[in-house]
Amino acid sequence: MRALAVVLALALACTGAAQAEPSKVVVGSKAFPESWILGEAMTTLARGAAAGAVEHRSNLGGTEIVYQALRSGAIDAYPEYTGTVAEVLLHRTDRPPLDSLRAGLAALSIAIGPPLGFNDGYGVAVSRATASRLGLKRMSDLARHPEVRFGMTHEFLGRADGWPGLAKAYGLAPKDVRGLQHELAWDALAKGAIDATDVYTTDAQIAALDLVLLADDRAFFPRYDAVILYRADLAQRAPAVVRAWERLAGRIDEVRMTAANRQVALEKRPFAEAADSLLASAGVGAGAMAAAPAAGGPWARIALRTAEHLKLVVWGLLFSIVVGLPLGVLATRSRLLAKLALGAASLVQTVPSLALLAFLIPLVGIGAGPTLIALFVYGLLPIVRNTYVGLTTLPRPLVEAAEAMGLSPRARLFVVALPLASPTILAGIQTSAVITVGTATIAALIGAGGLGEPILSGIQLRDSGLIAQGAVPAALLALAVSWAFDGLGHVVVPRGLRLPRFD
Amino acid sequence: MIELTGVAKTFGGEAALGPIDLSVRSHRTLALLGPSGCGKSTLLRLVVGLLTPDAGTIEAFGTRVTPATRDALRLRMGYVIQEGALFPHLTAAENVALIARDQRWAADRIQRRVEELARLAHMPAELLARYPAQLSGGQRQRVALMRALVLDPEVLLFDEPLGALDPMIRASLQDELAGLFRQLKKTVLFVTHDLAEAAFVADEIVLLRQGRIVQRGTARDLLERPTEPFVTEFVRAQRVGAFAGGPR
Repeated sequence: MRALAVVLALALACTGAAQAEPSKVVVGSKAFPESWILGEAMTTLARGAAAGAVEHRSNLGGTEIVYQALRSGAIDAYPEYTGTVAEVLLHRTDRPPLDSLRAGLAALSIAIGPPLGFNDGYGVAVSRATASRLGLKRMSDLARHPEVRFGMTHEFLGRADGWPGLAKAYGLAPKDVRGLQHELAWDALAKGAIDATDVYTTDAQIAALDLVLLADDRAFFPRYDAVILYRADLAQRAPAVVRAWERLAGRIDEVRMTAANRQVALEKRPFAEAADSLLASAGVGAGAMAAAPAAGGPWARIALRTAEHLKLVVWGLLFSIVVGLPLGVLATRSRLLAKLALGAASLVQTVPSLALLAFLIPLVGIGAGPTLIALFVYGLLPIVRNTYVGLTTLPRPLVEAAEAMGLSPRARLFVVALPLASPTILAGIQTSAVITVGTATIAALIGAGGLGEPILSGIQLRDSGLIAQGAVPAALLALAVSWAFDGLGHVVVPRGLRLPRFD
Repeated sequence: MIELTGVAKTFGGEAALGPIDLSVRSHRTLALLGPSGCGKSTLLRLVVGLLTPDAGTIEAFGTRVTPATRDALRLRMGYVIQEGALFPHLTAAENVALIARDQRWAADRIQRRVEELARLAHMPAELLARYPAQLSGGQRQRVALMRALVLDPEVLLFDEPLGALDPMIRASLQDELAGLFRQLKKTVLFVTHDLAEAAFVADEIVLLRQGRIVQRGTARDLLERPTEPFVTEFVRAQRVGAFAGGPR
């Protein structure tokens, strides 16, 4: 058990988890284009000002994940919105002024920079056809049309200042409300699968898809002024960086932000490029071009992502085997242990990966650490179960022969039972490996790279080519891993078990 | 050598054996005979400690067979069951050597012992490198016998060892076993449902019915001095009247 702890600790250390080094500045951003662009812009400014290295960890899931990353020190700063600070971070429903938000977060050693100049509030948009058919102009018009089908982001559905409050304020009781990934909602709207969705008011898609933004005639939504949240100690560690960011104050208005969003979402330009033109239009970008991201062709990128992915899979699987095999063996020792081991392994399987990640970030930060733990947890069950089943369904005469000849318990396990059960155990590891290849795509949510990265970006940018750059290699990798295990069967499974019977 | 006193075993409320008393003397071959379900295999499994009796005591070599003592006692017994139960992932030689290796015998000592046993069991040495799946049924039983003999145990327990073989091979193996038992001077418990086989290989027969001993004696005793009608019935069902007596 101690050896295992050492191995785990080493692996976490060498894959670079939790705390950032003191001289380094790490910028985070959430998994949607505007946050990513702002993150890039912040990174570019920081690079022009900082003494040490600056890193951008983009695509860090939703508010909970990126905020926990900030609290734990895994990142130093990220772009946030005042409404979210009040509701989600401070649990305030009274729309407090910025000063009281500052006071609230200062208690947690987090500072709020000056507002950047635009309000990216929530809104509700409907398709032009729906709007004209039902005569919808204001949100209060929705109350008369319960047949309007809503597709909302999960975060919006859950927040008090989101759907629950909105429905109450306007007396809405639609028949059909479902949770949808934001980027998928656009497609759903375009295809007529839903009629209305929540939008960010600076979203380039509103104009692009010719949607009608309904007026918030009862002033339900609070303001979501963009601000930079940063760890209070950053002002001492890298004062120049904080000053560079302060230059953004009031320089980015809705028009500029929407333009940058459009460059990414519709014109398929890279985030760094959109960030540069945002900085240029805000008049603070001169000379501070972003360090070009490791370019290379798409094949080089795919190879890099695949390598990252494979590394996560190998480590995650290794932990699953190192823990799962002994756990499966242990489970055969008593009925209670079997119930506990199999029950626990099944239980963790039911925890959604996002929930698991949100839970892990305060403990181990972001990046490879929580990803490996998640992969380990999800890879465990097939190995534990197949080891247990393989060992408990061995032919009884063989088990008794081993016992009756007086073999030591050690030899019974290692020389007889485990080799005999090896085909079943190997099948469990194979299943686990294929699952792990699929699960490892979640690594992108918390900045650990891998093939999930192009998938996640592709979904956000509605770029199916980019999605394929992640999804196709992932599928091929799963197949390759499965085949590799078929081949491994010829090495690991004893030859005597693979022979046809003589008579 | 082996003493059963008031031994009883039930499976899920059904009486499987006893209570019975049975004493087996050294260097004797005793056949446990009876129809299926009479408890003869159960008796053997109790002796080797695969089962624990519900009542009574079992002693081997003067030591009571208990969960604490059985591992040491098993090393002094060889146990062979129907179809041999050879480990399919090990070669014939590895099957034979397994327990000796576990007992940390030196490699050359194991090697010599395996060669010696191959001669004794008429097992061609070149077949020892094969896996059980590559051997015939008869060859597998020879290997199983070698495996049981490797530590030179004082007691041999056979549970219908020839039950799955065809009649020709079975007859020749019966011959060999009978010769082997005389030569090795082991204490043997031999479970079979075949009277002729019992008469051929054993000095003495114990006939069981529904978990009880019906009669103990030679084959001739069973034929000529049956203690109850069941004995006559059992003998007649085996249709061995024509060769009554066998070799002894």
